[in-house]
Amino acid sequence: MADEGFEFPVDRTQVMLFARSLLDIRPEFSEPDDPATKAVGGIVVPPTFVQCSAHWQPNYGLDLTRPRKDPPAPRAEGGGGGGGGGGLGRGLHAEQHYEYHHPIHVGDTLTVTTRPGNRWEKEGRRGGKLMFSESVTEYRNQDGVLCVTATSVGVQTERAVDQ
Amino acid sequence: MALKVGDKHEQVVIENVNRTHIVKYAGASGDFNPLHHDEGAAQKMAGYPSVFAHGMLSMGLTGRALTDWLGVTALKKYGVRFTKQVWPGDTLTAKLEVTDVTDGVATIKVVTVNQNGESVVEGEAKATA
Repeated sequence: MADEGFEFPVDRTQVMLFARSLLDIRPEFSEPDDPATKAVGGIVVPPTFVQCSAHWQPNYGLDLTRPRKDPPAPRAEGGGGGGGGGGLGRGLHAEQHYEYHHPIHVGDTLTVTTRPGNRWEKEGRRGGKLMFSESVTEYRNQDGVLCVTATSVGVQTERAVDQ
Repeated sequence: MALKVGDKHEQVVIENVNRTHIVKYAGASGDFNPLHHDEGAAQKMAGYPSVFAHGMLSMGLTGRALTDWLGVTALKKYGVRFTKQVWPGDTLTAKLEVTDVTDGVATIKVVTVNQNGESVVEGEAKATA
């Protein structure tokens, strides 16, 4: 069962900041008037950009200093929605997968919904039992078109892992 | 771009990772897990020697190698496993290789290694050939 979702406006500054954090200065991610950008219909986003939806996720658990009217909801296992990430404590981000269905452009407003995926267990070498869980997040644009499906795999260990 | 089996692309995606790189990724992505920016938390909460980079920073930097090679509209799928943590001081090199082309879609093996040749992410991408 997917959650009710939240809106994620794709803003030019956010795309620039994210691309810059990946040391990426391609014009298609920041310069609207560049011929390369015009050729792809306006500013597009890097392959992992949808992670930035964390800023808009109401119950996002990995920003403990965010001002809130209400305390954050307990964080789902397996990456907790659009933000992915390993989580606090013994959770780790094990895998991340994206499927690209339709381009995302600056100016889009994406609706983000997350549902739990598969769960499985494995015997770890060092950390005892490993409990894997997926969360599957869909990003749809203002026309209802599915743009990206993101699958985050989280792993919880019984004991702290020394790496 | 007419990819064929055996085509390769190798790119140094970051040299000498430092705390500013990590903090900048935290701010841009919104992932403020203290393990990635709070040295005391990384040591006390989890016993790590220092902060370490987000796995998603390595995946994002590797994504840059993919778009630098293939352009910004070619990717159909991109997925990785996080195989080793990335620490301040590390230098990462993405290694991409086409392993299959079927019906106009290329399968690309993705491995990013640190300065010791140890993989930090491993996975696969599919792109318009």
